Amino acid sequence: MSELLRLITLQDSNTRMVLLGTGALGLAAGVIGALAVLRRRALVGDALAHAALPGVCVAFLVFRERSLPLFLLGALVFGVLGVLTMNAIRRFTRIKEDAAIAIVLGSFFGLGIALSGIIQRLPSGNRAGLDGFLFGKAAGMVQADVTLIAASSALALFGVVALYKEFKLVGFDRAFAGSLGWRVSLLDLILMCLLAIVTVVGLPAVGVVLMAALLIIPGVTARFWTDRLAPHLALAGFFGMLSGLIGSALSAVLPAPESSLSRGFPTGPLIVLVAGSLFVLSLLFAPRRGLIARWRTARRLQQHIDDEHLLRDLYELQEANTPATLASLTARRTWRKGSLQSALRRALANADVSDRSAIFTLTDSGLTRAVRVIRSHRLWELYLHEHAGVAPDHVDRDADLIEHFITPELLAKFEAQLALGDGDALRTGAALGVPLSLHPPGSSTSEARP
Amino acid sequence: MPADTPPTTGIAVEVHDVTVAYHRKPVLWDVDVSFPAGSLAAIVGPNGAGKSTLLKSILGLLPIASGRIEVFGKPLAQVRDLVAYVPQRESVDWEFPVSVFDVVLMGRFGRLGWFRRPSRADRDAADAALHSVGMTEFRDRQISQLSGGQQQRVFLARALAQDATLYLMDEPFAGVDAATEQSILEVLRTLQQQGRTVIAVHHDLQTVRSYFDFVAMLNLHLVAAGPIETAFSADNLKRTYGGRLTLLDEVTEAVRRGGTLPRSP
Repeated sequence: MSELLRLITLQDSNTRMVLLGTGALGLAAGVIGALAVLRRRALVGDALAHAALPGVCVAFLVFRERSLPLFLLGALVFGVLGVLTMNAIRRFTRIKEDAAIAIVLGSFFGLGIALSGIIQRLPSGNRAGLDGFLFGKAAGMVQADVTLIAASSALALFGVVALYKEFKLVGFDRAFAGSLGWRVSLLDLILMCLLAIVTVVGLPAVGVVLMAALLIIPGVTARFWTDRLAPHLALAGFFGMLSGLIGSALSAVLPAPESSLSRGFPTGPLIVLVAGSLFVLSLLFAPRRGLIARWRTARRLQQHIDDEHLLRDLYELQEANTPATLASLTARRTWRKGSLQSALRRALANADVSDRSAIFTLTDSGLTRAVRVIRSHRLWELYLHEHAGVAPDHVDRDADLIEHFITPELLAKFEAQLALGDGDALRTGAALGVPLSLHPPGSSTSEARP
Repeated sequence: MPADTPPTTGIAVEVHDVTVAYHRKPVLWDVDVSFPAGSLAAIVGPNGAGKSTLLKSILGLLPIASGRIEVFGKPLAQVRDLVAYVPQRESVDWEFPVSVFDVVLMGRFGRLGWFRRPSRADRDAADAALHSVGMTEFRDRQISQLSGGQQQRVFLARALAQDATLYLMDEPFAGVDAATEQSILEVLRTLQQQGRTVIAVHHDLQTVRSYFDFVAMLNLHLVAAGPIETAFSADNLKRTYGGRLTLLDEVTEAVRRGGTLPRSP
């Protein structure tokens, strides 16, 4: 508990430093990763991260010391080598991109694991701290490491700000960018370099296995909240930073697994879990795009349709002098389970319908609304019948699918087209402007609704 | 400025003995055609005839295996600011997080060059272009909310914002509604009246004669090119669309005679 307090109050200078490093890293990874996702290059980051592992091992085998700059140099060289191999496979063979990524990612990672096995058996092997590169170990970072990570992240962010307009156009429309005389492949190369830098400096904190997740998830999460590029990138950076901060803070308070060689819980999984949680929260709760918002919109629409159906049925039963009971209403159409009852409840609450000993009648306000609904339904029916050549016995069903979306302007157009008011088609309810139904009342059970 | 003195006479685009190949398979074979400046020109031909490839070659988007292309008598690199491009609508991701206005503003990026931000004047030019295709009310919409016809108008507006002298368009009428087709045609005619040149890949043979005044008929090689009145003949159409149209004629003839198709030996 006291450790948590120490962490939150940032008393420990080492914790402060680690948080600064992972925060900066998350910010840059979020922004660059979002661009890579938009450019359909997300998995390049994954291949790059995995391919970097043998680079770290080779750097240790050559220099025989634990030095982050040297490790990262090795990682960068092998990461880029991996990406180049991938491009070569794609270019000179018929192998598709996903397979090429899998080949490179697997082979390089396998080589890295084999090399680290050799290193562990060396007398100096334990000092290499290679286990940190698999799943990340932010706690092991020293001042110089954090400076390196922060500087690299700043460089990547500066690149995005300077070339924002260019990345935007190339991401959206390569061919058009090329027609302006821009060197699209050079811009792609710059983006890949920025991606490589961020990926490699992220390895000590997040690890080769999960680095791609920190690149990809924040950008995808941000898309739930905005549909403009600048806010999209800013949000991706924010979510990335939040993941880095919370994830590394958690790793500092959680007890380390017994098998672990050094202090602290692996950071990578925690950072990625935070990022994943932010994704799930956004997926569920984001306004408009979130699942719940979309479900509620769909439900409101369904209720609106049910309400209009009820009003129409009540009106048509009244037209045929049949008492509207639960049974006669149920018989008129295929209601979803409970939907008639809830539509009735809403209509009663709204005082559109009155309930006299289980016989339902439209009130004045209900009648006004029912007339509006039925007018658009029948005008649309007439229009379909006269202008679209739909047979009368099919009209009701076709009308049903569209009528709930008819606007007053459209209605006015139907009236003009159908030249209503000459008497013939309008017997019942003519005073209210309601044309007669094309099919006998009560025969509308042919309606099928999903 | 390109808009002040558009070259209305002479040759807008000269394609000289051009061959283009994908993976060593030729997709354009020894094409030789000159599009006159100030014309409203159509490129027609069957699917896979190399229509888009010809357009992309003129724009320098594809490497040419042999031959040479000049725009207003110069290599493209020297006159790139005079050229606007409308790619096929399907070539981009319409889920990309940008607004209609953002896309139209991209038409100004060519004259800006790298690193520089669009100015007030650029934004005004984009708004004017949006207005001239009747899309002002959609200015702040996200592009995924547009219909096919509206997407095409946005692409056209982006090209208008380029304020170019030569417009190269890849199927500007593909998959649009009748109203959009008419308003696009109006825009193209206005461009022509302003002395600009329009070259469009076109797929609807019915409207070639009424929309365009120059045609290049393509089927890997150039079948015919010239003013509509002379070049767009039944004979050339048959040669462009090859076996298929000929076969169609045979079928029609067979049906007319009430018989069956002659059996192949």
